[in-house]
Amino acid sequence: MYRWGGCSKLAELTYIGTSPPRPDGPAKASGLSQYADDVAVAGLWFGETVRSPVAHGRLRSVGWRRAAPPGAVLVTAADLPGPNGVQLIDDGWPILAEGTVEHVGQAVALVAAPSRRAAVLAAAEVEVDIEELPPVFDLSEARRQPSLYELELGLGDPEAVLDQAETVVEGEYRTGHQEHIYIECQGMTARWHPSGPRVEVSGSMQCPYYVHKSMVHAFGLPEEAVRVRADAIGGGFGGKEDYPSLIAIHAALLARAVERPVRIVYDRQQDIIGTTKRHPATMRYRSAVDAEGRLLALDVLVELDGGAFTTLSKVVLSRALLHAAGPYRCPEVRVRGRVLRTHTAPNGAFRGFGAPQVAFGIERHMDAIGRRLGIDPLTLRQRNALVPGDRLPTGQIVDESTSALACLESVARRTDFVTRWTEYQAAQTETNGTPQRGLGLSLYFHGAGFTGNGERRMNSPASARLTPEGRIAVLSAMTDMGQGAVIVFRQIAGEAAGVTFDDLEFPEPDTNEVPNSGPTVASRTTMIVGQLVARAVREVSAQVADWWGEQQPAASPYTVKDGRVVGQDGRSTPFAAVARSYLEVHDALEVTVRHQPAPGPVFDETTYQGPAYPTYAWGADIAEVEVDPDTLAVRPLRMAVAAEVGRAIHPRLCIGQIEGGTLQAVGWGLLEEIKLDQGRYLNDRLATYIIPTAMDAPDLDVELLEAAFPDGPFGAKGIGELPMDGGAPAVVAAIENATGLVVDEIPATPERLFAAQMRERSDD
Amino acid sequence: MAERCGSLLEACRRLATEPGLRPILGGTDLMVASPHERARQGRWLDLSCFDEMRGIAERGGSVWIGAATTFTALQADASIRRHFPALVAAASEVGGWQIQNRATLGGNVANASPAGDSLPVLAVLEAVVVLGSAAGDRLVERRVPYAGFHVGYRATALAPGEVILGFELPLPGPGLEQRFQKVGTRQAQAISKVVVALAGRCAGGRVQTLRLAAGSVAATPVRLRQAESAAVGLELAAAAEAAGSAARQETTPIDDVRSTAAYRSAVLGRVVRRLVLSLTPDSE
Ligand SMILES: Cc1cc2nc3c(=O)[nH]c(=O)nc-3n(C[C@H](O)[C@H](O)[C@H](O)COP(=O)(O)OP(=O)(O)OC[C@H]3O[C@@H](n4cnc5c(N)ncnc54)[C@H](O)[C@@H]3O)c2cc1C
Repeated sequence: MYRWGGCSKLAELTYIGTSPPRPDGPAKASGLSQYADDVAVAGLWFGETVRSPVAHGRLRSVGWRRAAPPGAVLVTAADLPGPNGVQLIDDGWPILAEGTVEHVGQAVALVAAPSRRAAVLAAAEVEVDIEELPPVFDLSEARRQPSLYELELGLGDPEAVLDQAETVVEGEYRTGHQEHIYIECQGMTARWHPSGPRVEVSGSMQCPYYVHKSMVHAFGLPEEAVRVRADAIGGGFGGKEDYPSLIAIHAALLARAVERPVRIVYDRQQDIIGTTKRHPATMRYRSAVDAEGRLLALDVLVELDGGAFTTLSKVVLSRALLHAAGPYRCPEVRVRGRVLRTHTAPNGAFRGFGAPQVAFGIERHMDAIGRRLGIDPLTLRQRNALVPGDRLPTGQIVDESTSALACLESVARRTDFVTRWTEYQAAQTETNGTPQRGLGLSLYFHGAGFTGNGERRMNSPASARLTPEGRIAVLSAMTDMGQGAVIVFRQIAGEAAGVTFDDLEFPEPDTNEVPNSGPTVASRTTMIVGQLVARAVREVSAQVADWWGEQQPAASPYTVKDGRVVGQDGRSTPFAAVARSYLEVHDALEVTVRHQPAPGPVFDETTYQGPAYPTYAWGADIAEVEVDPDTLAVRPLRMAVAAEVGRAIHPRLCIGQIEGGTLQAVGWGLLEEIKLDQGRYLNDRLATYIIPTAMDAPDLDVELLEAAFPDGPFGAKGIGELPMDGGAPAVVAAIENATGLVVDEIPATPERLFAAQMRERSDD
Repeated sequence: MAERCGSLLEACRRLATEPGLRPILGGTDLMVASPHERARQGRWLDLSCFDEMRGIAERGGSVWIGAATTFTALQADASIRRHFPALVAAASEVGGWQIQNRATLGGNVANASPAGDSLPVLAVLEAVVVLGSAAGDRLVERRVPYAGFHVGYRATALAPGEVILGFELPLPGPGLEQRFQKVGTRQAQAISKVVVALAGRCAGGRVQTLRLAAGSVAATPVRLRQAESAAVGLELAAAAEAAGSAARQETTPIDDVRSTAAYRSAVLGRVVRRLVLSLTPDSE
């Protein structure tokens, strides 16, 4: 169920605000889409990864236990042609272990064989000799070692205020690992060619140019010698931002060694053991508040568990710190953070990228303030919520589209929040064996696009060009992992150029064909690259129309509308026909545009002051849960969600993102937990790593609100990650409202609730 | 892929003589191994085609359920619905619909997971397990009371080459109520953290007959004999309390990947209490 609140299809727009079917829908629904493991390749061999069985140790040797199995080939770090590091932000992540192993599951060697079964059996014939060293798992121990990264930002002097304040609230909040569980596990196929681009990899990835860059680095090849293509992608959630670079290099190493195409596709167990996860976080909040609960000062320390290698931890930390104070006004703020190193699989990109962790921290902390002062969650948030013109801890002044209060109003109205929250609170003590109900509220915001000067530095291009058939080909490196870029880009391009979907072509992401318009991450695809697409196609369409006007001056100027070039006299010609005529007299028409940052202040990466994001999307959730008083099983019954998205290009898909992200957040808050014993995975399969099914999903009542962002295409903001921020704190708050149990660590499993109940009873 | 053969007798002979050959019915336990495990697994012999393992039928004082009966078939069968509502309840909570369409009662019991959902139900219904094996050119049957079937962690009374043919469930006497509760990690597709079955009857507000069994709280599914005897004769509320605390005392669950010992123990007690309390005070 959903409603479409503040937004409406603008009268003058054709495609924006409508929900046309996605072009890849039938193939996906009928199983015809070709995912990484479906693509037929002649003479294909299969690769397997030999992984470290221990968390930390000195790698003494790797080799065949007995004679090499017939036909099988082994690759180790000794066979690397270039530097042993995956090029991401830095290159500290080894391609294959060398000297030491740093986590269970680290890739130590690779094996290729003519069949998958032969490869599995051959991998079991590889002996890895490791002298174990003491591992570090615990953050308190990790703290004594040098951090991977440290950062600090703030405003004013919170310490002085905290020292003087009458009411100081302190709390520690913890969140755990989360595994992406994209439906399609990681997979990549590589082959080497005698001529043309030397090496070609294709598979499941969000960012073809990230893979390209790391391949160039690992093999020491010129850029044009590497070709990267994305196949149909069965989900990503950030998990296919960093890791595909590693598995692509692995596949290419094997393909080089056996001189045949080689495919590596993980099964679910390999995928859970080997790949990156959401960073676990420990967050300490200390705040000074006045009697009405207004924030006077805030001091936050965020510690992320980076795992063994750095991957993207640096930017995850910076996004976490920039969101740590939440969507609240506070005059004096200090936020410090560090990424600690442990002997577990490296943690990396995951929808939300550090923000969901701190959203849990600040929202639980706001509830702690309310609990202390006896103020209900809604009133407390209304008093503190940012309004246009307020300052963030970076000094950034939030813009006119700041919609925190509108989001609160939307969810509170639909749930009659304060009345029912108060009733449920009063009923906490009536334990007559019947299920207890509770409501929980969260308010959140999410910086859209890259953090800081990322976009400015990348200066991403996108192109549009006329094809011989008279269509406009739109060239970008953006991938569709299910989120709907395929249709949203058609809507943006059709609207901007005045043409129909039939007048448009979208070549598959292939580094030989499309420019590097950056990675499909950070909620930037629609907002940043969508705007580039709009500008490029608008320019192509205008040039065609202008040229037509020169040919037919009587009815000039011409405009392009609904796929026709229309003159002042109302007479029109199909765009494709005009475009073909244009190409009869011109060689080509291709326009490339680059990202133009909005004028105004620039973010300072040393002081962390200035606009860290061009704008923010806003959200509020109210969750209603039912808790079984005996088993403490929690059932999320329903959730009201309000999301302010700038403009919903495709409302149905936009709501799909909000619903899916909210459920993913609820799963993280209630169920999902990576259990490790000495760094070994206890639950490396879907029978034991529990994600919500359709039956665990609450009824979601999503209301979209719109407050246009002038620099986004038709006002759109990035929203892919926003819904990941609010679900967990809302359900945990609802559990508290139902039972009185205060849980500051997720997942809030029945076992954890039971432990809290026992603590509480022994306190009585 | 699973192999097949012409008769059950031949199947039993092959199972007794060919090492590495295992029976398979629905395959929902066997086929979900990862490709890495599968690459090393032995061969499977499909038994689902044999009439000796199929069907549900009332025979005298009991109901026969063939080992190859799926959980979907159990839920649909009129006689099972009438006589064994706890078995229907368990069947409807195994996995999800797709699993219920393939998973069998025989496979559930032979797999002998301490978390198997139908197992505590068969225990309180005092089923008899009917086994078959080849003796020369004859198929011989052996009957084992359910209480003696599970002999240790994932160990059963099945001899090498012996298969489960089916189950005989005595018809419950008049007024015998049945209860089932599963505590899983989520609403569906969840393996039990605690699972409890009850068969019992009250008269005049007091517990007259009580059979309780639980899964996931010990190495095998267990009858909660102490809880049963602690409750019998007591007035319902007191019986529920007594059964709950006795159940906790007679079991020592463990910490594992799905739950903690402390949670399992406490929740076992609470669920037993709840189920006993839900009995009709006077079933006459
Ligand atoms: C997604 C999923 C969810 C599940 N959820 C549940 C759940 O909620 N509750 C639950 O209890 N189980 C669950 N299971 C486990 C499984 O479905 C059940 O144990 C099922 O009853 C097994 O029956 P089957 O016919 O599929 O057995 P199979 O896989 O065919 O066989 C299971 C075992 O029994 C042996 N065997 C089979 N037939 C015989 C025979 N006639 N004689 C002797 N040995 C035999 C096999 O060799 C094997 O060891 C789940 C499984 C999956 C994959």
